[in-house]
Amino acid sequence: MTDAVQRQKDDLSQLNNDYATRYGFHDPVDYFHKGARGISHEVVEMISKMKNEPRWMAEIRHHALDVFNSKPTPRWGNTKLLNEIVYENIYYFMKPIEQQGKSWDDVPEYIRRTFDKLGIPEAEKNFLGGVSAQYESEVVYHSMREDLTKKGVVFLDMDAGLREYPEIIKKYFGTVIPTDDNKFAALNTAVWSGGSFIYVPPGVDVAVPLQAYFRINAENMGQFERTLIIADKGARVHYIEGCTAPVYSTDSLHSAVVELIALEDSYIRYTTIQNWARNIYNLVTKRATAHKNATVEWVDGNLGSRLTMKYPCIQLVGEGARGEILSVAFAGQDQHQDAGAKVIHAAPNTSSRITSKSISKDNGRASYRGLAKIHKNATNSKISVECDALLIGEDARSDTYPTMEIDNDQVRVEHEARVSKVAEEQLFYLTSRGLTEDDARLLIVNGFMEPFTKELPLEYAVELNRLIELEMEGSIG
Amino acid sequence: MSDKKPLLSFNDVHVEVEGKEVVRGVTLTINAGETHAIMGPNGSGKSSLSQALMGHPSYAITRGEAFLKGESILDMDPDERSRAGLFLAFQYPLAIPGVTVANFMRSALQSHRGKDADMSDFRKLFKAEMNALGIDHVFATRYLNEGFSGGEKKRIEILQMAMLQPSVAILDETDSGLDIDALKTVAEGINRFHNDNNGILLVTHYQRLLNYVKPDYVHVMKAGHLVKSGGPELALELEDRGYDWVVGEEENQKVEV
Repeated sequence: MTDAVQRQKDDLSQLNNDYATRYGFHDPVDYFHKGARGISHEVVEMISKMKNEPRWMAEIRHHALDVFNSKPTPRWGNTKLLNEIVYENIYYFMKPIEQQGKSWDDVPEYIRRTFDKLGIPEAEKNFLGGVSAQYESEVVYHSMREDLTKKGVVFLDMDAGLREYPEIIKKYFGTVIPTDDNKFAALNTAVWSGGSFIYVPPGVDVAVPLQAYFRINAENMGQFERTLIIADKGARVHYIEGCTAPVYSTDSLHSAVVELIALEDSYIRYTTIQNWARNIYNLVTKRATAHKNATVEWVDGNLGSRLTMKYPCIQLVGEGARGEILSVAFAGQDQHQDAGAKVIHAAPNTSSRITSKSISKDNGRASYRGLAKIHKNATNSKISVECDALLIGEDARSDTYPTMEIDNDQVRVEHEARVSKVAEEQLFYLTSRGLTEDDARLLIVNGFMEPFTKELPLEYAVELNRLIELEMEGSIG
Repeated sequence: MSDKKPLLSFNDVHVEVEGKEVVRGVTLTINAGETHAIMGPNGSGKSSLSQALMGHPSYAITRGEAFLKGESILDMDPDERSRAGLFLAFQYPLAIPGVTVANFMRSALQSHRGKDADMSDFRKLFKAEMNALGIDHVFATRYLNEGFSGGEKKRIEILQMAMLQPSVAILDETDSGLDIDALKTVAEGINRFHNDNNGILLVTHYQRLLNYVKPDYVHVMKAGHLVKSGGPELALELEDRGYDWVVGEEENQKVEV
């Protein structure tokens, strides 16, 4: 680690702001369009009309609403919290401004200030190849470096993607995650708005990350972004998403659908650092299809929210495809992180690795829920699963729900699960060197997260460590 | 005698572990510039005494007093004792996965200097101390004590001591698990550290470290008591004759130095 970054970390450690002051602010907004609460075919039709969509998309939406209405709330996971969601109380579509900005100067000042505070324009200047900033239901700012445009890389918000590339979207939309996959995927399909559409042409390497930032501002907001990323043969791309929201006393819902398609020999890495306020339900479906010799990596960091249910999935459908899912979850007071991973091996010589790390603190609960499936034809495939849970305090809880379905004998499957506590002996060792007990605990937690943070771009690693520091402050017993 | 400056002194210290008294009234003063060795068989209570002085929560000092540079340490947390100038080199240093030696060392030094203190000299200092102890620079980026050999761990303990420059260093069985070359390197590190302004307490079962680090005083501990004190020659005698001949006739005697 460079001195500069260490200094930055040290500087950051001075900050004692909590989430409420740093991210939890909200803007008083005069919305261009703020629909009514609740969901119906009228709401769906209105969204589609406002977006001027082709009729086939409107039909997909209406069908999806029927599926949503007919599907019961999941009977697994945290059913108590799931049943507390009041769907009639949510705003399903809010359009903050009439027209998207191509430069930050085009964006209304109050929104620009928000993203300034979140450091997005700064990051864009320094190391990103393209940025998309979504505020409520729509992307308010979008830009991409010119050299990438010239190479034929498409990075648009999903609404613009549908307008400009309807044939690609028609071909791939809902093919990885069908409408009836689960209740929340159906809901997203009915009312989706915003999100990212990325297409990388054959052989193009997008060497710098593309980032989207999702900001919820209004109370009882439902954010339903829809993301579709296609890496054509031999292409490479790294996409990063970040999320925050204000602190409100009543709940908001974030329910995204993310579909990745990695064609032959391509590479997609999808990095998430979610840092939701504690009134957010985060119920997201993420799935990738990896074709022959393609590689997909989910790097998934889950902080905040009231309840997160998210299990990034990779379907390895082509021979030699590789998948890796690295996830961390931090469950603090009154939070439940029900996170995990799914790998489905449906071709020979495929390999996957799942590394899940969770930290539960106070009465927080972190669950690992995983599926490792090997189909009959997936001879000579390899799966390695490693789950590591760290408990802080007597009331913290961790559960592991691994499922293995192996239908081929010539495979190698490894599963390891560990639960540990921050040991008194480790704390004594570190405090005997002068570190306060809080600093010692933080160092142990950061060390526990290191296999994850080292996969992040440096700036995000620093940010994540800082977020964990905020989570660790106070109320430690 | 009047120029002697007491750094660590404790009086009639009793230590309990899980309700069992393992140290039963030990008194000792270490002055600036002095090296003391406490020797004793396994289970004599010498390691428990070390842990208790550093403030391990499971090793309670139930009676007696302990002062570091004139200030009572009994109400201090381990980190406060450290920052006040006490150091314990662990017999079994713990692994901290994911935390590099450099990062840990930096955090420790920062905590000694204060949150806002300038750390721009850290790298230079750290490298110089690693060089002096013959520690390969790759250790800077390895995770603290994870997968280290016994000798590597002990060297890293001495590195920490050299970086933090405590007033009093307690070295608990620092010689155990070392081959002869490692023993010499570690001893050199201790001798380089030692000066007229600090004190050392060596806690050891065997005499061999004392061939390289010369103690001014040697004390024998048995069954929770210091039973005999003398000069460096006492260590050689113990080496020859073992611990059994030191009988309990001097038990409970308070050792004045």
